[in-house]
Amino acid sequence: MKTSISDLVRGVLQSDRRSIARLITLIEDQEPEAFLALKQIFPATGRAYVIGITGPPGAGKSTLVDKLAKHLRRQGCSVGIIAVDPTSPFSGGAILGDRVRMADLAIDPGVFIRSMASRGSLGGLSWATADAVKVLDAGGMDYIFVETVGVGQAEVEIARHADLTLVTLVPGLGDEIQAMKAGVLEIGDLLVVNKADREGADRLVLELETMLDLSRHENSSRPAIVKTVGTTGEGIGFLWKKIEERLISMKASGELANRRKERLRQEVLEIWQRQLWQVIDSRLAGENVDRLLERIVKRQIDPYTAVEQILASIPPRFKNLWGGELRMQIRKIDHLGIAVKSLADALSFYENILGLKSAGTEVVEDQKVKVAFLPVGDSEIELLESTTADGPIAKFIEKKGEGLHHIALRVDDLEAALAELKEKGVRLIDTEPRYGAGGARIAFLHPQAGRGVLLELTERQE
Amino acid sequence: MSQSKKIRVLVAKPGLDGHDRGAKVIARALRDAGMEVIYTGLRQTPEQIVAAALQENVDVVALSSLSGAHLHLFPRVTALLKEKGLGDVLVIGGGIIPAEDIPVLKAAGVAAIFTPGTATAAIIEFIRANVKRT
Repeated sequence: MKTSISDLVRGVLQSDRRSIARLITLIEDQEPEAFLALKQIFPATGRAYVIGITGPPGAGKSTLVDKLAKHLRRQGCSVGIIAVDPTSPFSGGAILGDRVRMADLAIDPGVFIRSMASRGSLGGLSWATADAVKVLDAGGMDYIFVETVGVGQAEVEIARHADLTLVTLVPGLGDEIQAMKAGVLEIGDLLVVNKADREGADRLVLELETMLDLSRHENSSRPAIVKTVGTTGEGIGFLWKKIEERLISMKASGELANRRKERLRQEVLEIWQRQLWQVIDSRLAGENVDRLLERIVKRQIDPYTAVEQILASIPPRFKNLWGGELRMQIRKIDHLGIAVKSLADALSFYENILGLKSAGTEVVEDQKVKVAFLPVGDSEIELLESTTADGPIAKFIEKKGEGLHHIALRVDDLEAALAELKEKGVRLIDTEPRYGAGGARIAFLHPQAGRGVLLELTERQE
Repeated sequence: MSQSKKIRVLVAKPGLDGHDRGAKVIARALRDAGMEVIYTGLRQTPEQIVAAALQENVDVVALSSLSGAHLHLFPRVTALLKEKGLGDVLVIGGGIIPAEDIPVLKAAGVAAIFTPGTATAAIIEFIRANVKRT
């Protein structure tokens, strides 16, 4: 069951759950269609609030998300949830168990939960998380919770992907808190002490307060510390009030806009790095790296020079990395254009010797040419003679002599074809259609695109 | 790009029995075979299972039942999957299931039933051979 990209995109924008689910899978599998769809849904993103939830394993993150989602559902908001669990580095498989704590949310039509394996990404998320957030955002979710894998000290990626980050802690972590101070704890906009009915909750709050007293809060305000009991829902309403307050103040101060801008900057950098790496990687597969390595081992070449050599072999232009949907259709060869010095002389051969019949001559002022069209079966031969000494045909003959000048391909919709080529980064001579001989609408591609042949696209009424 | 594709399996326990040891063993085995296993926990209704299968876009739904209610619950899951347009999802079942019930379940769209004592390797092989990926 293949759905077209436009159907998939339409589905996502209409909040169709099946389309949302399938697009996320395409993203995770790195299918080229996914990136085409992402290009199209991007304008519909940026509406949802993205809230990150992180913390050590067993801190009760899933239960908190479950309770927060229910709280929001009672207020009539729709909620998307992305829960990330680690991929086994040995088998590549994963057990994604966060749904266990969110079982009743499964059938709520205003909630969409997606479990996601980290698939080798470090930092507590999957590299596909940011794009999956966009799908849920474009799919109309008001709030999106992103739950990270159970983190240790340094998995701070979430702060770059969320509008606001909650760091969840539980009493009894002991000295581990000390180790977290210089990492995960620093990214929390709010600190949640969950399982607050346990012994040691107040001591933990005190410890966190002391830590906050010592740290500086230059760019943002001091994080609030909120006590919750996830299993009973105690403190959830207060936690949401604090989240909302924070979002409102961030919006008013411009901090939210700044964070979002920074997020997009990071994202562009990440996509850029990933794609560059893929290009380099595929290039390395094609290179004789082993031979190069052998030379390095023998000290015939140093690693720096080796890399310079590899880099020098990589083409400098990467266009259209994700391919594109092929919409235009070439109907046939409309005509072959041949540059001649004298139309009369050329006609004497094509008509008298080959027996073709000219359908008449015509001057195209715009191109400074006089042309004759000779129908051949379903196509035509076009003979072109320059009307001035500095016309394009005169220049062509000066450089290359008489000969084949261009191949014209018939399309149904020239504007659409040009738009498609532009989108795919094809070099064009004419970015807009213009009129050629016989009232046809034409546009030339750069000869580089046609691999040394000047291509013309022609649209004409039969 | 196909090397980045993972088989996604929903392991679910419909019905009221509280025994999930078997389901957890299967989940672990499938993970070790490189699959992504979404484990939904105990006491799931068919509606919850199918909603999760849709959101998670899984290739396989693996049902486990020890309560004896499989004749009611498994066909309900396959029927709901079809209703939601997820008819191409591979459904397999396991647990305490009498031999005479197996043809009934297969007729209802459960592709295979694995009773106690089945080697996990056989289940993995069956999934790999029968999963429909577009």
